[in-house]
Amino acid sequence: MNISWLFKMALRDSRTNKGRLLLFMSSIVLGIGALVAINSFGENLRNQIENEAKELLGADLEVSSRTPINDKVRARFDSLNFETSEEISFASMAYFPKNGGTRLVNVRALESGFPFYGTIETNPVNGADGIANSNKALADQTLMLQFDALPGDSVKIGKVSFDIAARVIKVPGRSAITTTVAPPVFIPFKSMEATGLLQLGSRMNYKIYAKYPDNFDPKKFDTFLKPWLETTDLDFDDVGQRKESIGDAYSNLTGFLNLTAFVALILGCVGVAGSVSIYIKEKVKSVAVLRCLGATGKQAMAIYLIQVVIMGFIGSVIGAALGAGIQFLLPGLFSDFLPVTVGVSLSYSSIIQGILLGVIAALLFALPPLLRIRKVSPLKAIRASFESETTAKSPYFVYFLILIFILSFSWIQLDNLFRAAIFTAGLLIAFGVLAGVAKAIIWLVRRFFPTGSSFVLRQSLSNLYRPNNQTLILIVTIGLGTALIATLLISQELLVDKLKFSSASTDRPNMVLFDIQSNQLDSVEKLVTTSNFPVLGQVPIVTMRLESVKGRSASELRADSTSEVSDGMLNREYRVTYRDSLTDAEEIIEGKWNGKHIKGEPIYISMDEGFAERMDVTVGDELVFNVQGALMKTTLGSLRKIDFQRVTTNFLVLFPEGVLENAPKFHVILTRFKNPDESAALQSKVVAAYPNISIIDLELVLNTVDEVLGKVSFVIQFMAFFSIFTGIIVLLGSVLLSKYQRIQESVLLRTLGAQRHHIIRINLLEYLILGSLAALTGIFIALIAGWLLAWLSFDTVLTPNLLLLLIMYLAITGLTILIGLSNSRDVLRKPPLEILRRE
Amino acid sequence: MPQNSILQVSNLTKTYKSGESSLTVLRNVSFEVNRGASCAIVGPSGSGKTTLLGLCAGLDNPSEGSVMLNGIVLDKLSEDEKAKVRNQHVGFIFQNFNLLPTLTALENVMIPLELQNRSHPRKRAMELLEKVGLGDRVKHYPAQLSGGEQQRVSIARAFANEPAILFADEPTGNLDGETGATIESLILELNKTAGTTLIMVTHDLDLAKRTDRVITMKNGKVYTDSLRPLQTQ
Repeated sequence: MNISWLFKMALRDSRTNKGRLLLFMSSIVLGIGALVAINSFGENLRNQIENEAKELLGADLEVSSRTPINDKVRARFDSLNFETSEEISFASMAYFPKNGGTRLVNVRALESGFPFYGTIETNPVNGADGIANSNKALADQTLMLQFDALPGDSVKIGKVSFDIAARVIKVPGRSAITTTVAPPVFIPFKSMEATGLLQLGSRMNYKIYAKYPDNFDPKKFDTFLKPWLETTDLDFDDVGQRKESIGDAYSNLTGFLNLTAFVALILGCVGVAGSVSIYIKEKVKSVAVLRCLGATGKQAMAIYLIQVVIMGFIGSVIGAALGAGIQFLLPGLFSDFLPVTVGVSLSYSSIIQGILLGVIAALLFALPPLLRIRKVSPLKAIRASFESETTAKSPYFVYFLILIFILSFSWIQLDNLFRAAIFTAGLLIAFGVLAGVAKAIIWLVRRFFPTGSSFVLRQSLSNLYRPNNQTLILIVTIGLGTALIATLLISQELLVDKLKFSSASTDRPNMVLFDIQSNQLDSVEKLVTTSNFPVLGQVPIVTMRLESVKGRSASELRADSTSEVSDGMLNREYRVTYRDSLTDAEEIIEGKWNGKHIKGEPIYISMDEGFAERMDVTVGDELVFNVQGALMKTTLGSLRKIDFQRVTTNFLVLFPEGVLENAPKFHVILTRFKNPDESAALQSKVVAAYPNISIIDLELVLNTVDEVLGKVSFVIQFMAFFSIFTGIIVLLGSVLLSKYQRIQESVLLRTLGAQRHHIIRINLLEYLILGSLAALTGIFIALIAGWLLAWLSFDTVLTPNLLLLLIMYLAITGLTILIGLSNSRDVLRKPPLEILRRE
Repeated sequence: MPQNSILQVSNLTKTYKSGESSLTVLRNVSFEVNRGASCAIVGPSGSGKTTLLGLCAGLDNPSEGSVMLNGIVLDKLSEDEKAKVRNQHVGFIFQNFNLLPTLTALENVMIPLELQNRSHPRKRAMELLEKVGLGDRVKHYPAQLSGGEQQRVSIARAFANEPAILFADEPTGNLDGETGATIESLILELNKTAGTTLIMVTHDLDLAKRTDRVITMKNGKVYTDSLRPLQTQ
């Protein structure tokens, strides 16, 4: 095959078609742009995590525990010449005397030294210097903003009032979003005792940060330090592990974003397939002539294949350039979610990958129409009406390749074959439903054609099934775009509604007071009731650890790599309550719940079904708990299904009455306030009298979650933008391409005397039907997806916002009509012959 | 096949099937055409002329019978092999010119030469266009040429690969009388000087009379086959 001739022919033929070829390739531009932007951003993020790995941890090694760390660890670190810095962190109330404001914060009592790598960014700068040896605190900047506090003001933590030295802007390894719920307040480690908060029952988190001496090879960590640490109850993290876990979390994020971009690309490719199909239909005559002149079927196909590849390449290059530009927006967009500051630099590998992906995708989707060229009979040159006797077979292997392409891409992004298969199947089903609707419409209109109806109706209806109709391509592309956007909107609503439902109900608690000591309980209850707040619940909490499961000790299970029981289950602090009955959020699904322990019988406890499954225990199994020193043998008596979405205190492990009454415990009181002023007043009173008690204001949590969701949904909307605009470009492309087919018919109608309003009404009706069907089917698919999400993920009932969906339907149908009508503008304005000559 | 014969058609039958029904448009047609001869195929619409031309040129496969073109039996060849035969031995002139609309006149003429990998296709195409009187219109696109000019380009293209046999399908059918007459003369003259065999389907009996032989088709069969009509009259 003479390759240079094929290229020459491809270029010659494209000279007069450049605009149209570029038009259909433009539909992949946004998809590629989004992919290149996300991938570049992901690579920069990875590099940054790699470069700042030590700063992310702030040390070489971090060990942590819910109980005070054993001196053996300190001795071991000393013997290795590690430089160490200790931290105790816990949730507590911060009180701002300046205006009486209180809020639950994350108190971090720090020794000097930390962070060994990186800095705590503050305003004024260097505000963190010497803090550990002073009597000053550092407070989160959003917290200070909330209470109008300035450096120099004071904040009270427990019994101690600290001067605020500076606002905290960024802490190593933390993203802004993680500090939203409980903003951090740093205090000197030496002042911890004086706060009076280090009491039994308070949920403390103890940490030792270590810095290796210069001569310590970090690899030694794996060979001898790690095995030793594994024999203790401690959690630990070194730079390598931290890097890996952060890297994994963010590769999940970029994977998800990439899939959203990929959907935009696929949508664009469907557009390419449709446009190429129309383009090829117009080229049939030329192909037949070429074949008469001696070109083989393969040569003829190669000419148009080259055009598609070149245009796919140009489209991808433009997309990649756009992506390189969009990349500049991403660090700003994601700044709240990231633990590192990501710079912007061109990632050549992402650009090359994007271009390659664009060319492959465009080629794969263009192949089915292109393959038809091989079968064009030369006889078409002398007989326009000639139809090949052997109808071209559907190129199933190409469809198979497309499927493999989508599956492999999503597999790479999701790193999970099952999820990739679900994604591919979902996309396939959506395509199937849309294509099915289009085919059904074509069939129905033909079958039940209203022969007696008006001229305009007959014309527009027959446009739906006549040769070269756009029914399939428009319904699939517009419908898929609609489905995608509507699904995003529905799931966002589901999430927010779910939370609102929890807090809006008037008889449910919206404030939780916890860490109440037993000797404080009566007086706190009195304070609440005398302040005219209802006590909606009072729950005792006993902390304990797991000692053994089914006769195997925790250390034995930890050492057994085949054990189902995770380290997290063995190391965690169990916060357990006891009562004689179940709440309305609980339901026994296996075994029997007996609310009172009978002396002499085993202690029958109840466990959350999912948790029990993860621990691989079932009714009848034996579990031994260590209740602050005392071992307690229990038997799993029942499994409960718990509705964790309910705002109430939920417990994975539940004891019956008559066992834990004398164990050291603390209490939780649930109440409800009517307005923020009431809430603030009660919080101030409680914190002033009982500094150790922490208060969660659920309204505040809800607002915070709303804020977080707002940021998340902005990111999702930003990504959906690519799909929406790709949908519009595809729509524009297919309508404009059809212009070349439709214009002749419209001109002919004009020549035969059709008036302006005839043409407008024919087009309007046709695009109204197409736009409506596509939008409705898309919304229908989104509702199914939303229903599945509600059922499987959110465990709730879907109550779609019909107004929102109606607006969406109107907008999409309106847009389709608008673009469709713009098509016939020329026909309406200019004399028929002028248009025919020009076309 | 006798040495002097360039086209041998034997017992050619063509039936089109559409679902249950079938339509036979050619029935048992046989004839031979000598090298260098000119032959017109005439007959009413639907008599099978164009189908016969398509089969002779290897554009379609017969239901029965065979075609031997320049010593090559077409029905045993694959589509690609037939394309090669067309490129090397056959030229075409169509009723509706069939120029590639996206290519200039010159590029249209160059195609058969380029497909053969011939050297200097541009020079040869220029010569041919000058021969048909379009030396000054080489860079024009088909849409910028008149019907007569388009047919001249088509003739130049047909002779570009120096074909052994030229198939013309109603070459003057879309042209007015005067232009048609000029095109007729051009085809016959080039045919004579190049020594090409000419097989032409036409409705125009005057044009048919200017060829060496007239085959009349009726209902898919050869109705009459008269050699040298001008001499026999």
